[in-house]
Amino acid sequence: MPDEPLVLGIETSCDETGVGIVRGETLLADAVASSVDEHARFGGVVPEVASRAHLEAMVPTIERACRDAGVTLRDLDAISVTAGPGLAGSLLVGVAAAKALAVALDTPIYGVNHLASHVAVDIVEHGPLPEPTMALLVSGGHSSLLLVPDVTDDVRSLGSTMDDAAGEAFDKVARVLGLPFPGGPHVDRAAREGDQVAIDFPRGLTSGRDMERHRFDFSFSGLKTAVARWVEHRHRAGEPVPVADVAASFQEAVVDVLTKKALLACRENDVDHLLIGGGVAANSRLRALAEERCARAGVTLRVPRPGLCTDNGAMVAALGAQMVLKGREPSDLGLPTDSSMPVTTVLT
Amino acid sequence: MLLLAIDTSTTAITVALHDGDGVVAEETTLDARAHAEHLAPEVQHALAAAGARPADVTDVVVGIGPGPFTGLRVGIVTGRTFAFAIDVPVRGLCSLDALAHAAWLRGHRGDLLVATDARRKEVYAAHHLLDEGAATRVAGPVVDKAMNLPDDWRAMPTVGRGPVLYPEALPHPFTSPVPPPVEVLRGQMRPANTSTGGEAGEPPLLDVSAGALADLAVRRLAADAEFDGLEPLYLRRPDVAPAAPTKSTLG
Repeated sequence: MPDEPLVLGIETSCDETGVGIVRGETLLADAVASSVDEHARFGGVVPEVASRAHLEAMVPTIERACRDAGVTLRDLDAISVTAGPGLAGSLLVGVAAAKALAVALDTPIYGVNHLASHVAVDIVEHGPLPEPTMALLVSGGHSSLLLVPDVTDDVRSLGSTMDDAAGEAFDKVARVLGLPFPGGPHVDRAAREGDQVAIDFPRGLTSGRDMERHRFDFSFSGLKTAVARWVEHRHRAGEPVPVADVAASFQEAVVDVLTKKALLACRENDVDHLLIGGGVAANSRLRALAEERCARAGVTLRVPRPGLCTDNGAMVAALGAQMVLKGREPSDLGLPTDSSMPVTTVLT
Repeated sequence: MLLLAIDTSTTAITVALHDGDGVVAEETTLDARAHAEHLAPEVQHALAAAGARPADVTDVVVGIGPGPFTGLRVGIVTGRTFAFAIDVPVRGLCSLDALAHAAWLRGHRGDLLVATDARRKEVYAAHHLLDEGAATRVAGPVVDKAMNLPDDWRAMPTVGRGPVLYPEALPHPFTSPVPPPVEVLRGQMRPANTSTGGEAGEPPLLDVSAGALADLAVRRLAADAEFDGLEPLYLRRPDVAPAAPTKSTLG
């Protein structure tokens, strides 16, 4: 293997068909085709619609990534692919395509964990990861707090959501407020005009007893219901709904808990680097509050640019390249997908 | 030429290589739930068995179904991506035509119903007419309950898992008129030179064989005949409904 392996990564765990190409720790291409518009009228990602879109987008997206990177497939040293967690049917399209490339090009293949990839992507954005790093991953499908001594081999889950993912709560609240899907960017925009202390929405799993039993876990289902009830009371009373204030107060409740628990985890584990990834990391208030609290705690904050926070192939390529660089054994060509792959399984 | 044929529309995850004279390697696994695990290793094994490198492949053909979606996509994306990687053409053929062609290779002539498992108590079905020249699809593919297929279809000899799953609706499982060609793995697959109604005893044609798919593709290429495109034959829309109105949270 060369010092700077050329690795192509494929990501199809949800509704984004992502193909990224990385040389060593340098990002060369990040091609993404999204089927999000096809899901909008259903108010959420429809697995079969996503799978069909992955099949159609796969070869064109591989082609685009190669063109953007200025490489040919024959130059590749390895293929990496998201083997889980994610939607079963979607994962299969990406894994089958990755295997076809590995056979056709006679390269090793690495079946990697989607969540670990969200962490690894920051290597191509901001350089090598301090070991250990604390990672807060928040998206439409995940809300996890991870302690990462070695992203290729040792990722530990400190906590995760007990019910809705943070991004899912944004989608549901957006719907209650009459904002489009996906809700994250719309709630964020509406919240900028609102007062974040206008309404005191609940902070899930932060009371004394919950902090003992679910110290680093999250819960957003109760918050979502509280918002829906508050809005419905307004409707019933015939009063207008202050959309901006509701959005701002809801958003504050989410990012307050996320950042508070993330920094507590840093302190208790003696970690001085916090990385935030996943689609919700694009939220402007989450970034601002995390910066403020990290600065106060003496913790260095790392957040990849928004395009690398949402699902993409570059993150899978980035983790694949780390696997090669650290000399990890490639996956067997018979590697399965695992829709509920635990985060502790970094490589299948 | 070295044609790679792939089909994952039925329980069989099946791969074959055809050199223009005959099938030189065929790998098949029966596993309706693990298409992605088995397919790539099969391609690798078939290439090794044929003593070929991936870059030696000159053509790729994939069965485009109809078949259960998740498995079907595995074969199609594999064929498309493999062909793209080595920069050769990829073509699609209706998987039911491959099953009908397998019956033709065994010497069957006349009407034939292909009925494969569509799950949800339904079958994918097509009516083929087999003459000395070829098996031609006359009608279909459709997806329906076996009992709802036209009576004249259900009276035909039937290949695929339909008769196994729904013996009352599809009471005429196909039986080989004669033993199939012995040299499946060397020399051209020739249709057996006997009329219908000979002795039975051959394994029934339940699933697609990539060997038969490859043979059909090679004949179509030689005849400069049409292929079916590369879009999967889903025949069903995704199961979704637009979002329902938000329910009250106040009870």
